[in-house]
Amino acid sequence: MAAPPEPVLAAPLVDPMLPRVGRVRARRRDAPLVFTLEIEPAEGSLPPFAPGQFNMLTVFGVGEVPISLSGDPARPGRLIHTVRAVGPVSTALSRLDRGDPVGLRGPFGTGWPVEQAAGSDVVVVAGGLGLAPLRPALYQLLAPRRRYGRIALLYGTRSPADILFAREIDAWRRRKDIEVHVTVDHATGDWPHQVGVVTSLISRARFDPARTTALVCGPEVMMRFAIGTLQGAGVASTQIYLSLERNMKCAIGLCGHCQMGAAFICRDGPVFRHDRVRDMLALREI
Amino acid sequence: MSGIGTSSARPDRSAIFPIEALGTLFDALRGRGYRLIGPTLRDGAIVYDDIASVDELPRGWSDEQSGGRYRLIRRGDDAVFGYAVGPHSWKRFLHPPRQRLWRAKRHGGEVQVTAEAVPEERLALIGIRACDLKAIAIQDRVLTGGSYLDPYYKARRERIFVVAVNCSVAGGTCFCASMQSGPKVTETFDLALTELCDDGMHAFVAEAATDEGRVVLAGLPHRPATGDEVDAAAAVVARTAASMGREMPSEGVRELLLRNLEHPRWDEVAARCLTCGNCTMVCPTCFCTTVEDASDVTGVESSRSQRWDSCFTMDFSYIHGGSVRASPQSRYRQWMTHKLATWFDQFGSSGCVGCGRCITWCPVGIDITEEVAAIRASEAH
Ligand SMILES: Cc1cc2nc3c(=O)[nH]c(=O)nc-3n(C[C@H](O)[C@H](O)[C@H](O)COP(=O)(O)OP(=O)(O)OC[C@H]3O[C@@H](n4cnc5c(N)ncnc54)[C@H](O)[C@@H]3O)c2cc1C
Ligand code: SF4
Ligand code: SF4
Ligand code: FES
Repeated sequence: MAAPPEPVLAAPLVDPMLPRVGRVRARRRDAPLVFTLEIEPAEGSLPPFAPGQFNMLTVFGVGEVPISLSGDPARPGRLIHTVRAVGPVSTALSRLDRGDPVGLRGPFGTGWPVEQAAGSDVVVVAGGLGLAPLRPALYQLLAPRRRYGRIALLYGTRSPADILFAREIDAWRRRKDIEVHVTVDHATGDWPHQVGVVTSLISRARFDPARTTALVCGPEVMMRFAIGTLQGAGVASTQIYLSLERNMKCAIGLCGHCQMGAAFICRDGPVFRHDRVRDMLALREI
Repeated sequence: MSGIGTSSARPDRSAIFPIEALGTLFDALRGRGYRLIGPTLRDGAIVYDDIASVDELPRGWSDEQSGGRYRLIRRGDDAVFGYAVGPHSWKRFLHPPRQRLWRAKRHGGEVQVTAEAVPEERLALIGIRACDLKAIAIQDRVLTGGSYLDPYYKARRERIFVVAVNCSVAGGTCFCASMQSGPKVTETFDLALTELCDDGMHAFVAEAATDEGRVVLAGLPHRPATGDEVDAAAAVVARTAASMGREMPSEGVRELLLRNLEHPRWDEVAARCLTCGNCTMVCPTCFCTTVEDASDVTGVESSRSQRWDSCFTMDFSYIHGGSVRASPQSRYRQWMTHKLATWFDQFGSSGCVGCGRCITWCPVGIDITEEVAAIRASEAH
């Protein structure tokens, strides 16, 4: 597998574009068109990853796409990826069965500032599939729980059927040390919780804006509104982190596809501190 | 051999050799195991391709270039390097349009992935100009300067032999002088030649900058150049510098563009731009690529290739639901601001060397120097 994202000089024989082979161990359906794959390497062990990082996954003969790591960084022996089938490669990935080969490159990119957030309140705002790259951060936040102040998870999806990791979310709801709010755009009959956009949950959560770190991931429009609301509630731009998405073909800063202004999202992101990308986010089609 | 990063070697005192010795130079390079790539006539243009002998050089030809226009013309003499750059740049050889990355073979549930071997070929680049050497130095930083590098580029690049040529004519779209990237060759060469072709004399004033360049030069029939000959060579370059077809004052261009990411000029240029991507294909520094996977009908064998891509295509910025840069405005803005502004942040220099190719080969003659000038002028009001 390719080297970790720290500046490591690639040895001549290490080709960062060469996928190593993994095998699907298990596949679970999470929501309509969303599947979670558990992958293990065909041989050797896997490098550790940080919450928020992603891998390039190949379905041989079909193609390669960036997919976030959605599992627990404390258990690096298996890769957990949650994939929504939207096009050729993601659909082929979502159809892989136990035992099927899959190509792996990574992990790539920057992670959520879980370490730096120690001592502060943490508000996690996720929209739709945006929960997948945030789940590793939640695992870390909840593991040595006393290192943080209040923790809130604010999660919005389209409908109750689209809720990812539902059993885990229920378990978190029962804990006293994390505040969980879930909202849906369209409720079905027996939905007992909120209806509406995820930003509306921000005012419900208890946190001290002066000492809060916010982690935001979801569709870009949703992130824009959520960040606006967080700032309105008094969270500084320098305390807000978000994960950006761009077309990616190499993940190693060489193909040019993921540029946003001077940033290569694959290398300088996908996780950015808000004040560092604020000006770019304000521009259309940048 | 001019390996990456060996550009600081100081050239020796100049030598001079007659046109007849050029064939000896080619033979010597071939004898040292190099594949010769140089300028030659193809389909109405001077392009870079394999050349077997001096006879294949465009002797007596020159070119006339302007926005959207390129035409071969006859010179009144026998000069073999008496023209500006054509549609090809050397990236075609060092960072080729297509490069296979790996092949995979499936045996039952097992997959074996085999990397494409890095090329061992040694290329002699004959007649390369100052702007294109600058462009190679830029691609060195892009493709080999970071934490990850392109092993195929690196392998080809490390094995080149550079026979550079100081330009004796400036093309109608050239502006290297204002970009401080020409017309005199100053870095990353093994041999640098200045062609002297008048008064019944046809010879090359030559400088060697590397050990291999010195050895090759020593094997040619030559003598030290006289003071007059060195002056004549300098005069050729000075005349070229003074006759640039275009200019782009580089002072503050980065800041100018970053201040004007929202500007009516982007709409204006988008009304003319066909988003054909020609400018990115001919540009010697544009490096963007995409990958393509292929498989045989049985699904047993598959492969991935890298190929040139262009930020002018819709697919380039496609993410599920649509392209980030759907409008031609935003794509032209990406191209120009990347070249002239964000390139500084990413790679420490401009991404433009003033070769003029994007102007000549734009089907509607869009001129990067004019676009910058228009935005600059709008601030003066
Ligand atoms: C850093 C990062 C992390 C991601 N994490 C996840 C994840 O955990 N789960 C998940 O389901 N999806 C994730 N995505 C999105 C996923 O990569 C796309 O859904 C996927 O590329 C779509 O490819 P396709 O061939 O199935 O579909 P198509 O929509 O037909 O895509 C065609 C091509 O466009 C590009 N492309 C399309 N959509 C995207 C996109 N959203 N982002 C980047 N490139 C795109 C790809 O190169 C793809 O091959 C992530 C994207 C990025 C950039
Ligand atoms: S932008 Fe145009 S003038 Fe500048 S290096 Fe590229 S092709 Fe040449
Ligand atoms: S101008 Fe466009 S094609 Fe050229 S290097 Fe920049 S993003 Fe790539
Ligand atoms: S994905 Fe290739 S440069 Fe970022």
